[in-house]
Amino acid sequence: MAQEEINKAVSGEYALGFEIDIETDVVPPGLNEDTIKFISKKKEEPEWMLELRLKALKKWEQMTEPTWGHVTYEPVDYQSISYYAAPKTDGPESLDEVDPKILAAYEKLGIPLEEQKQLAGVKVAVDAVVDSVSVKTTYQEELQKYGVIFCSISEAIRDYPELIKKYMFSVVPMTDNFFAALNSAVFTDGTFVYIPKGVRCPMELSTYFRINALNTGQFERTLIVADEGSYVSYNEGCSAPMRDENQLHAAVVELVAMKDAEIKYSTIQNWYPGDEEGKGGIYNFVTKRGLCEGENAKISWTQVETGSSITWKYPSCILKGDNSVGEFYSVAVTTLAQQADTGTKMIHLGKNTSSTIISKGISAMKGQNTYRGLVKIGANATGARNYSECDSLLIGDQCGAHTFPYLESKDTQGQVEHEATTSKISDEQLFYLRQRGIDEESAVSMIVHGFCKDVFNQLPMEYAVEAKALLELTLEGSVG
Amino acid sequence: MSKVLEIKDIHAKIGEKEILKGLNLDLEPGKVHAIMGPNGAGKSTLSKTIVGHYDVEVTEGEILYKGKSILDMEPEERALEGIFLSFQHPVEIPGVNNAYFLRTALNAKRKHEGKEELNAAEFLREMKKYLEMLGMKADMISRSLNEGFSGGEKKRNEILQMLILEPDVIILDEIDSGLDIDALRAVSEGINLMKDGKRSFLVITHYSRILDYIKPDYIHVLKDGRIIKTAGPELVAQLEEHGYESIVEEA
Repeated sequence: MAQEEINKAVSGEYALGFEIDIETDVVPPGLNEDTIKFISKKKEEPEWMLELRLKALKKWEQMTEPTWGHVTYEPVDYQSISYYAAPKTDGPESLDEVDPKILAAYEKLGIPLEEQKQLAGVKVAVDAVVDSVSVKTTYQEELQKYGVIFCSISEAIRDYPELIKKYMFSVVPMTDNFFAALNSAVFTDGTFVYIPKGVRCPMELSTYFRINALNTGQFERTLIVADEGSYVSYNEGCSAPMRDENQLHAAVVELVAMKDAEIKYSTIQNWYPGDEEGKGGIYNFVTKRGLCEGENAKISWTQVETGSSITWKYPSCILKGDNSVGEFYSVAVTTLAQQADTGTKMIHLGKNTSSTIISKGISAMKGQNTYRGLVKIGANATGARNYSECDSLLIGDQCGAHTFPYLESKDTQGQVEHEATTSKISDEQLFYLRQRGIDEESAVSMIVHGFCKDVFNQLPMEYAVEAKALLELTLEGSVG
Repeated sequence: MSKVLEIKDIHAKIGEKEILKGLNLDLEPGKVHAIMGPNGAGKSTLSKTIVGHYDVEVTEGEILYKGKSILDMEPEERALEGIFLSFQHPVEIPGVNNAYFLRTALNAKRKHEGKEELNAAEFLREMKKYLEMLGMKADMISRSLNEGFSGGEKKRNEILQMLILEPDVIILDEIDSGLDIDALRAVSEGINLMKDGKRSFLVITHYSRILDYIKPDYIHVLKDGRIIKTAGPELVAQLEEHGYESIVEEA
């Protein structure tokens, strides 16, 4: 079968690359103490937060950028990025005060910010972040009735300092890595969630991140704390305009699940991927980690990664509580000239802890897809179990798939199983479907969906639909 | 129209090797044509050529389906027009639900014919009536397409697709290979159900066994890329007894 036909089918189309035409406050490029002070002041932060940020900056200045990832890109000039950009309407309290252009843009992205516009029965609370600020958080009042705190991280620093002091940096320390340190110094907005003891969060929570301003980076920070016996399902989505220059997104996400609590964290990552020659696109350098603090705690990461020119992220679980459970379900697509180095770390510390890793990498055109995963079983983690499955699907012959599984086990009793496969969409599979009257594009998409099924099944219903549609758009150009 | 498919002086290559060397064959509506022949004669290449498989390059000749040339048509167009191939080795497609696949295929065909698409419930009703007949367990339609199916299950699944898609020309490439007697009977019953006096069958086989169940109208002997003899069903007995060599000598 002709290679051009396949390429045409997988070169995708980035449908969310528009720019919201709003006036923006942007701080001049550069990173020094004054930048940090400016951000902290804009956020009306207490002194202690500013001190933590400055400490992080000092640490970061002494660190070097990691180069071990299986990715190559032009080095980032950290002094040429602007670290704060905000639409020119500050801290709106009601929907009427949000710039109608932003509302329209979110509407266009499929994220309604008007509560009454949501369909009955499928309530999803949204925190909408544009560049460096949260512009709107919905359903806050209704959630408060259950004692659930759902607000921007900036608000949380002002209103819930005790929770922030206790949990921020507790899972991802300030100096964890180069990008985490950078984020700790300059983070702007993101979401804070607290679910009280015994509460099952009555609706899906979500954050939608939009990079809009030129020449800026987005550095959000998200913290979710699920107290004993509570449950929350949280989803994040993102997109950015199509631009020729690269933009940096360096986020940190921390999750804490206490005894018997469960956090389900789903991501649909659709940052602008750049073009076929690798020009433009988002550098997505993200640190995500969850701590199963108490017994029987469970943290589940599900990610569908279709965007970004470079991805570097490893959503991980520290299984500290006995019988705690960590899960990682991932679909990562690299097409055009995208490169992804992604995977997870499962750190087993408690007894009878178990983890599951299901990773599906899809590469097309010049895409390079790397799975990198660590399963670590500590000395006291008797009865620990891990199951890992890493499958790669290649479409065409210019792309690549790479797998780097690492295992460190101090407990010889642990059970670790690893399976890995690499397959190509074979001409025989395509032909079989076409012989049944299914056109080539639909056939490719059917095979790819089949490949990703185990992961899509983990997504909440409405997001699974979105993820399938997104995959179709990414891989099939003309569909949609 | 007395011919539904006309294969005229077809020369076809796989890679550099010419396999079909001036093959002529006409299929009549409502008739069962059996193709027999020794290994390497070009039987599977013939079926691949008719359905437009990528491996095959036609260098000379013509194939007309209902009077129209199909050589420039994409494989899916040929399928939508009513040409069906039951594969010798049906491929496994992990994660693709069998029922979903079948409904997609059926609806593609219905759309092509300007008919309403069937919803899931209507489709399941349609399919259910065939499952029992083919001796297929109900869970086979909710499993991934051919994944982990036994040889017999794969062939039954091919026949299920044939029954659902109701094609006009049905090519059965070694449908009988690897089947036990029960499976052979079930598969034959499915095939016989499709015999309505209008559809044509091209049954490619090594063995005469299946021909006891599906009564052929014509036997064609394929050797070295050409049909070297065409006769009635009585030829089967001669082939059984004397082998292909006897035919070669006669020709």
